Amino acid sequence: MTAPAAADHRRFFTFAEAPDLLRLESGATLGPVTIAYETWGELSPGRDNAILVAHAFSGDSHAASHRQADSGEDKPGWWEFMIGPGKAIDTDRYFVLCPNILGSCMGSTGPSSPNPDDGRPYGLAFPMMTIGDMVTTQKRLVDHLGIAQLRGVIGGSVGGMQVLEWMVRYPEVVRSAVAIATTMRHSALAIAFNEIARQSIMADPNWRHGDYYGGRGPDMGLAVARMVGHVTYLSDEAMRRKFGRKLQDKENFSFGFDGDFQVESYLRHQGEKFVNRFDANSVLYITKAADYFDIVERTAQLARPGDRPGQRSRYLVVSYTSDWLYPTYQARELVRTLKRSGQDVSFCEIEADCGHDAFLIPDQRLSTLVGGFFDGLD
Amino acid sequence: MVSTDPAALRFDLRIIASTIEPGSHVLDLGCGNGDLLAWLAEHRQVSGTGVEQDKNKATACIARGLSVLQGDLNREVDDYPDSTFDYVILSQTLQQVFEPARLLSSLARIGRRVIVSFPNFSHYSIRLQLLCNGAAPKNDQLPYSWYDTPNIRVITLKDFRRFARDVGYTILREIAISSDRAGSEGRIVRRLTNLRATYGIFIIEKTRREKEQPRPHRQPL
Repeated sequence: MTAPAAADHRRFFTFAEAPDLLRLESGATLGPVTIAYETWGELSPGRDNAILVAHAFSGDSHAASHRQADSGEDKPGWWEFMIGPGKAIDTDRYFVLCPNILGSCMGSTGPSSPNPDDGRPYGLAFPMMTIGDMVTTQKRLVDHLGIAQLRGVIGGSVGGMQVLEWMVRYPEVVRSAVAIATTMRHSALAIAFNEIARQSIMADPNWRHGDYYGGRGPDMGLAVARMVGHVTYLSDEAMRRKFGRKLQDKENFSFGFDGDFQVESYLRHQGEKFVNRFDANSVLYITKAADYFDIVERTAQLARPGDRPGQRSRYLVVSYTSDWLYPTYQARELVRTLKRSGQDVSFCEIEADCGHDAFLIPDQRLSTLVGGFFDGLD
Repeated sequence: MVSTDPAALRFDLRIIASTIEPGSHVLDLGCGNGDLLAWLAEHRQVSGTGVEQDKNKATACIARGLSVLQGDLNREVDDYPDSTFDYVILSQTLQQVFEPARLLSSLARIGRRVIVSFPNFSHYSIRLQLLCNGAAPKNDQLPYSWYDTPNIRVITLKDFRRFARDVGYTILREIAISSDRAGSEGRIVRRLTNLRATYGIFIIEKTRREKEQPRPHRQPL
């Protein structure tokens, strides 16, 4: 891992050293496991003000910038508008924790980490893992930090899946859950796009069955995977508004395949950018974990009112009108399930034309909802 | 939780609030900005949920710490298990409901008691306007023209009593009120209610047949 230009605020927690390996949902074992994480704010003396932020599929632990001791400016995080002093997730009041997910390549153990058997990167020897496994490792981290109860868990997209998984696995630990632009399980449409992404990587001759570390990686396959991903994160409206049929740096068609349209240029740029920061095998593993995710049959495990008198968990579910990856009907299915099992749930659909990615775009409505929701827990 | 000023609560909502026992579990349909729920939570230790179609209003409710679902109340009520709530409140919305009998039956299923309020169409101001002007009447409670009104039904206190009886509800309590222009103040009307009340508030429950055991009271959470 190359050190970023800005100071690295990541911390690392390593556990499951041999012989106490971590048993994964698939039955496979893994260890040692390292989870990279960042924190903001101070843990209260009662250790009751912690909020766990779960990042999306290609995210990392750098959810927000940190106040620097020296004069240098820290790099803004992926949820900078939500997390910070006086913001919706107020770091003056809450202890905020963002772990990098298992299987990723941003500091936590994943397919690009060294396999203890031979010291070389795991590649496809990395065991298949699930959203549940990600959450199990997050729970280990939370335990390690001495936090018995979380004030909240919050996340969008695959982060939202982790939120739901927390509620199914550890309902007694979480006081409130915010699930944004997410689903109880992947639709055929969502699985289909993930499969295209995976096939694109695996069809790249440089992929070499996952054993490409130290040489040329499957850059083209990974870039195309990201391009497909980006289309699913946008929306028809957003693409019309942003690009329309506008041409990139030219007046007329080139009558060739170099790329005429702005949207082509945009996708190529996104693809290239992704190749420089993400590992192709991590895409394979994490997309598969998202495809396997399904809490529908396990919703009976959600905490039921009365389990902890006076301390019902509260839910906030948020969806976006133009999200066609996890459309509002899927959020409403989640809300319906929560209502049927007697949960205290709030729901709001936000009008936005930016598609699935809307939760990452600064929006006062999301800040207002989340800030008020966490506030109202007292 | 944002503090609420009791005097700021609209008069009809103050009357409704006064009928709800402390510690009850309440569903408020068409909860608007959540004033009633916030007041009940603060002053009556009521745990409540609201349903509001308007996204901005629903956001405002959630932002003040209330549990509110943004959506269509006709659909949202279907998802709750039987007897989830002690009270289900349908305040000033009945006149906009497409299938009132079906909705009331859902409300009586999910709530032990249902509180329904609506503007009284037989108020003397309405009667006089129709009699003297011959035009579709308007007043402070029903301020819309025929072509832009969200109200698809006209209801009088008398109509509702008959309707409730016919579709199988017992009226536990009927409160007729006359509120001022802004609705912030008012008084309870005791005589000639169908003529003098601007609003009717009814607390109803499903009529039990002789053989049926009374439903156990749900313990407040």
